[in-house]
Amino acid sequence: MENKDVLHYFEYQSLFKVLLVLLFFTGITVGVSYLDLGALNVWVALVIASIKGSFVLLFFMHMKYEGRVLVISFLGTIFFLGIMISFTFWDVAFR
Amino acid sequence: MDAVKSFFETPSPANRTGIWAWLLTTDHKRIGLMYLFAILFWFLLAVLLGGLLRLELMFPGETILTAEMYNSTFTLHGVIMIFLFIIPALPAVFGNFFLPIQIGTDDVFFPKLNLMSWYLYMLGGVIAILSLFSDGFPDTGWTFYVPFSISTHTNVSTAVFAAFVLGFASMLTGLNFITTIHRMRHPKMGWMQIPLFTWSLYATSWVQLLATPVISITLVLVVIERFFNVGLFDPSRGGDPILYQHLFWMYSHPAVYIMILPGMGVISEIIPVSSRKSIFGYKAIVASSMAIAVAGSLVWAHHMYTSGMSDTAVFVFSLLTFVVAIPSAIKVFSWVSTLYKGSILMTPPLFLSLCFIYLFSIGGLTGLVVGAVGTDIHVHDTHFVVAHFHFTMFGGTGFAFFAALHYWWPKMFGRMYDFKKAYIGAILLTGGFMFHYVPMFILGMQGMPRRYFDYLPHYATGNFFAGFGAGFMIIGIFLMVINLVLSLKNQRDVSSDPWGGTTLEWQTPSPPPLHNFLTEPVVLAYPYDFTGVVKRYSKEDKGE
Amino acid sequence: MSSQQDASGKKLGMWLFLYTEIILFGGLFVLYAVYFAQYTSDFAEGGKVLDRLYGVVNTVILLFSSFAVAASITAIQKKEKKIALAGLAMAFFCGLIFLIIKYFEWGHKIELGIFPNSEKLVDGPPGQNIFFGLYYIITGLHGIHIVIGMTLLFVSFVFVFKEKVTHNRFTLLENSGLYWHLVDLIWIFIFPLFYLVI
Repeated sequence: MENKDVLHYFEYQSLFKVLLVLLFFTGITVGVSYLDLGALNVWVALVIASIKGSFVLLFFMHMKYEGRVLVISFLGTIFFLGIMISFTFWDVAFR
Repeated sequence: MDAVKSFFETPSPANRTGIWAWLLTTDHKRIGLMYLFAILFWFLLAVLLGGLLRLELMFPGETILTAEMYNSTFTLHGVIMIFLFIIPALPAVFGNFFLPIQIGTDDVFFPKLNLMSWYLYMLGGVIAILSLFSDGFPDTGWTFYVPFSISTHTNVSTAVFAAFVLGFASMLTGLNFITTIHRMRHPKMGWMQIPLFTWSLYATSWVQLLATPVISITLVLVVIERFFNVGLFDPSRGGDPILYQHLFWMYSHPAVYIMILPGMGVISEIIPVSSRKSIFGYKAIVASSMAIAVAGSLVWAHHMYTSGMSDTAVFVFSLLTFVVAIPSAIKVFSWVSTLYKGSILMTPPLFLSLCFIYLFSIGGLTGLVVGAVGTDIHVHDTHFVVAHFHFTMFGGTGFAFFAALHYWWPKMFGRMYDFKKAYIGAILLTGGFMFHYVPMFILGMQGMPRRYFDYLPHYATGNFFAGFGAGFMIIGIFLMVINLVLSLKNQRDVSSDPWGGTTLEWQTPSPPPLHNFLTEPVVLAYPYDFTGVVKRYSKEDKGE
Repeated sequence: MSSQQDASGKKLGMWLFLYTEIILFGGLFVLYAVYFAQYTSDFAEGGKVLDRLYGVVNTVILLFSSFAVAASITAIQKKEKKIALAGLAMAFFCGLIFLIIKYFEWGHKIELGIFPNSEKLVDGPPGQNIFFGLYYIITGLHGIHIVIGMTLLFVSFVFVFKEKVTHNRFTLLENSGLYWHLVDLIWIFIFPLFYLVI
């Protein structure tokens, strides 16, 4: 397996922009928590957290420029996590 | 062959001598053998514990164990067998020894991490031994269900910590193997040239990596509950005990695929070699291995039909369980089809593999009985289940382990064992096995509960017969192991390829040199292409 | 013997380890999900007891520390050793502040009689017992991982300082960074689930 990584790095300005985006979404999620959206609140919070997480993942953790193996295995892990949580609800949601 | 120094003569790192050439080695082959030594010890110990259990059950009432001792004994038997034998055995012994060789490289990707995994394994074993003392080994069963595992005064925390440490070893081995397979394959070995044993290790490694952390956190929670009484699983404090079972089986069901996948990989190696014929359906076996790994993570709650979980969950998990049976069956069809019209060479590894196919099929079919809700309600927590999982775990993985031992022994040690004694041992083992476990199916259907130290009088006959079967089984096991060990007294005179194999481990001397290969290995475009082997053997016109 | 020079392989190994950490915390999130669905109003009540300001500050601190670590990885590749060291030191310092704030948070709750097996929790609504039980266990486990991450950052700092990690070989730094980012990532989910429950 040849190591044909083109060594890529993000410039400081790009990283800083990502930080600003993260802070922005942090503000959003705090703000939304003051609105009463009922059952929707937790889902909105999770979506925003996922967006923030994606920025950390794609940029700080460099996933945007990683190969197939990492992308697929990462998604596979999240998939398994999703099964762990959702399949438990086959039980607890229908008792 | 005497001129070539094997890895036994060449320590790595080179400056180590004596015992340190083993304890501080980073050579994957030595690490594999160190695992073998420890694993055989734990296996034989757990076999004797099993013998004690069956001796107790041979006669109604207390025979040789008190009720409390019986509970601790079956817990210990289960914990050792599962965490110290069945889960690690094939990957740690044969995966370590042969994975790098099968892919044409000289070691795993992280050799020092590999050694650390062995130390973690040994540490886990030591901690397990420690938990035998003072308050006594847990009496909860290897499943450690709450609330009893939280309230019982036996050494649950220590034992569970042992399992935690062992889980770490398992995870790190999986991590090592995945990285090795991705990054260190011989340049000519694409994914579709990888041997089936290595493929099985690849699928297994993903399950080891992703499923083990679930049991890790679950066991941590048990300890936290024992010490801090948080109440996460305590109904009087808002908790739900069934959630413990969900978390526990989220690992422990995929764990059975960790147990069986490498075993299937071994059989997929032995069958084509013994048939001098390419395996039927290489791609189907690859796909089914990965499918089993994925689908196996969707079915955990089929261990919980009677737990009190919702009917919907019961239905869904049962349906999915039937789905996961399909890829396993595909493999059985492939093996049998490979044998068909093959040029069969009977050897001990083949004999054990055939026994595997038979016993594992019974295990799998009875798995459908427990997997179907209607029938499971009747047999859950009875000896039917005990028989089912012994057919799959012992008749399956256990026999695959013995088959692997007999298949790769000449490669690892350069010596051949006595075939006749091997056959006798295997026959005693298989015959004893049937005699021992088939009565349990019947007893289970008649209603005899599992994990009970005593039983109603009308179960006595079945238990008595089962005890006899156990005796034959144990004799067979010891005979096989002693036969193998005795072979070490012979001369080191085995050729590179005593069986006529096509995978890369048969292109190197027996035992292999330190860096695995003397000459550049020849990677076949199709890993089970026997034309060369057939040509060689028909030209030579010899026996072996 | 290619593994010595195979930085991609080492990175793969690190990611594989991170997956195990994700699933480790995942088990706890399974419990959170189930109990949240069951005790939604109790969780909201519990959330009100937590100090939102501390939570936001800690979140911002960790986000900033992730930025600092990412910057140090850029710096090492640009041969800007001083910036690399500064980034690592900054991130380490952030971790320290995070832990100190956690200490005060926990201390405050313990003073209020809110801790595992406390009378207040045992006698109170079961949903709140579960909420705070999960709070302590999840933030506790997360805190342990902050300590591990800080250790890795410290080791990286030393190696960069001694020039054992350079623009040519910086896998250790990269992998330590990945670990730190994961710890930040996990907190990104912990924060709303405990501090912003309504």
